[in-house]
Amino acid sequence: MNEALAAAVQGFMYPNEMELQWSILIVLYPYITGLVAGAFILASLERVFKVQAVKPTYRLALLTALAFLIVAPLPLQLHLGHPERSFEMYLTPHTSSAMAMFGFVYLWYLMAVLVLEIWLDYRKEIVLKARSSTGPMKAVYKVLSLGVDDISEEALRLDDKVGYALTVIGIPSAFLLHGYVGFIFGSIKANPWWSTPMMPIVFLFSAIVSGIALVLLMYMAVSVLKGQEIDMPCVDTIARYLLYAFIIDFTLEGVDLLHRIYEADESFASLDFMVHTKLFVSQILLQIIFGGLIPIGLLALTQMVSLSEKARKGIYVLAGTATLMGIFAMRWNVVIGGQLFSKSFLGYTTYKLDFATREGLLPAIVLLLLPFAILWGLVKLLPPWHDETAEKAV
Amino acid sequence: MERRAFLEAAGKVLLLTPAAAAALEHGLLGSTENPPEYKQADHWWGMAIDIGKCIGCGNCVRACKTENDVPLEPYYFRTWVERYHVNPDDQDHPEVDSPNGGYDGFPEKYRAGDGTKNFFVPKLCNHCAHSPCVQVCPVGATFESPDGVVLVDRTYCLGCRYCVQACPYGCRYIHPERQTVDKCSLCYHRITKGLTTACCETCPTGARMLGDLKDPKDPIHEFLRVNMVQVLKPQMATGSKTWYAGLDGSVR
Repeated sequence: MNEALAAAVQGFMYPNEMELQWSILIVLYPYITGLVAGAFILASLERVFKVQAVKPTYRLALLTALAFLIVAPLPLQLHLGHPERSFEMYLTPHTSSAMAMFGFVYLWYLMAVLVLEIWLDYRKEIVLKARSSTGPMKAVYKVLSLGVDDISEEALRLDDKVGYALTVIGIPSAFLLHGYVGFIFGSIKANPWWSTPMMPIVFLFSAIVSGIALVLLMYMAVSVLKGQEIDMPCVDTIARYLLYAFIIDFTLEGVDLLHRIYEADESFASLDFMVHTKLFVSQILLQIIFGGLIPIGLLALTQMVSLSEKARKGIYVLAGTATLMGIFAMRWNVVIGGQLFSKSFLGYTTYKLDFATREGLLPAIVLLLLPFAILWGLVKLLPPWHDETAEKAV
Repeated sequence: MERRAFLEAAGKVLLLTPAAAAALEHGLLGSTENPPEYKQADHWWGMAIDIGKCIGCGNCVRACKTENDVPLEPYYFRTWVERYHVNPDDQDHPEVDSPNGGYDGFPEKYRAGDGTKNFFVPKLCNHCAHSPCVQVCPVGATFESPDGVVLVDRTYCLGCRYCVQACPYGCRYIHPERQTVDKCSLCYHRITKGLTTACCETCPTGARMLGDLKDPKDPIHEFLRVNMVQVLKPQMATGSKTWYAGLDGSVR
């Protein structure tokens, strides 16, 4: 193992730097959290800003956010040397630690915003299902109703009011959730690749971009699976928001890059070398060209030229997929890229991705698929579309 | 349960968690166990290193690994030694090596009189007064003791590695068996008994010197007065307490 580590190194690294500390699992963490924040912000467009066109995706976006949020801490947990001690972060948090405070931001967002908002939004259906179901499902819905079965007009009006207020609180919370992930990296002054006040804002906008792309693809996929017509005004609107958010995100990242190039501080030679060699594929090709310029170009095309419905659908699928890949590459370049050079600026190493180890590719793939399995369960339990049979039964 | 009652109960749980956590933080964290005669408030530890005196023998690295149970295989070090080979006309690009952290000494590589500058730089935790590693630890498992030593409670460390990322000097590693972070403790178990550190004890040339800044008779005061001293990466503003005499600008 030692020879392998040494062989991966060019130049000089401090001896303790030979081992890479954060693996692909830590790449997944900001990626998944970003999808959550983005999906929620899209959902809130309908609720708070009354963008009626995106209404068909409202509940799907919320459930998607929840499914991914449940998975978000798992890669961290799997990565810890002592996962059994992780709850100490809640019991004895170190208040100056960005990571410790993230635990509370996460909990706030999960319980106070997302779960509560979904519960309020579905409450009527849950109560109706509790009445109409039989067998074990009846018990499940009874539990989900939390013993509240008042679905009078007045109660529902109150639900709606509280739900609205929650969404209003939820938007800054979603910003906080992902801005904070950026802060975890951006506040590390020892690492020039991470240390920039731009990091939270870049993370935030890339999160919005990835979340919108995900909901766009999910909505199209679910419609096809259910044999329903894709609501074109809806996807057109989402695609337009995706383009706007992407332009802001790409500009911010461009500003950061230009600033680094122009300032050319002590770390620049190291970082410049990295971008041209070890990170060339993931940064220049996957993040900037295939995951940035191409989807932006494709989406811009749909705005400038009048295209057929079929062509637009094709473009949305292509651009959405490229976006998700590009944002993943961005997370990879931040997390892994930030560890490939020595803090002495005198050497470089290589990240070797294992396959079936605790922090290998296999668990990473499983963790990326897991939210979809959870979402499947959630959709079965709480269908995002109106269930007419249940309503008729009552 | 009424919805109002439920919301009230849920609100209380959410509000109380951080409050309970803060109370626990202040009540349950104990202090380090020291012999009764040692008073933490009477000491403020640091380290002085004279670059000109280091001969790269590696005694300090070996003594440290033995004293502190540091894994013997390469790439786990509480202290290590770097060799610098600098072309005086190109200070920005020094050639640096540290084979096995200097544990086995340094095989001869450069010839005297070839017009270059060659020297050794011993490294260890800088025991910063404003430690970035302490700042980021999510549970406070790494902390600054009242006598100025940065320590790790290995029974509490999660192994999240955030502190390893936050240290600008590369002084921390994850212990492969314990899966918790490890670093120089300034031989805390020794210095609190009136002994010096293992590395200082075994250094044949006196290149390393443990110092107590609160002891007016400690020679470290004279060392800091008569030498032109510098800390590593002063731009990091970590309040480093490892001072180097004769530190070249090429050292990172």
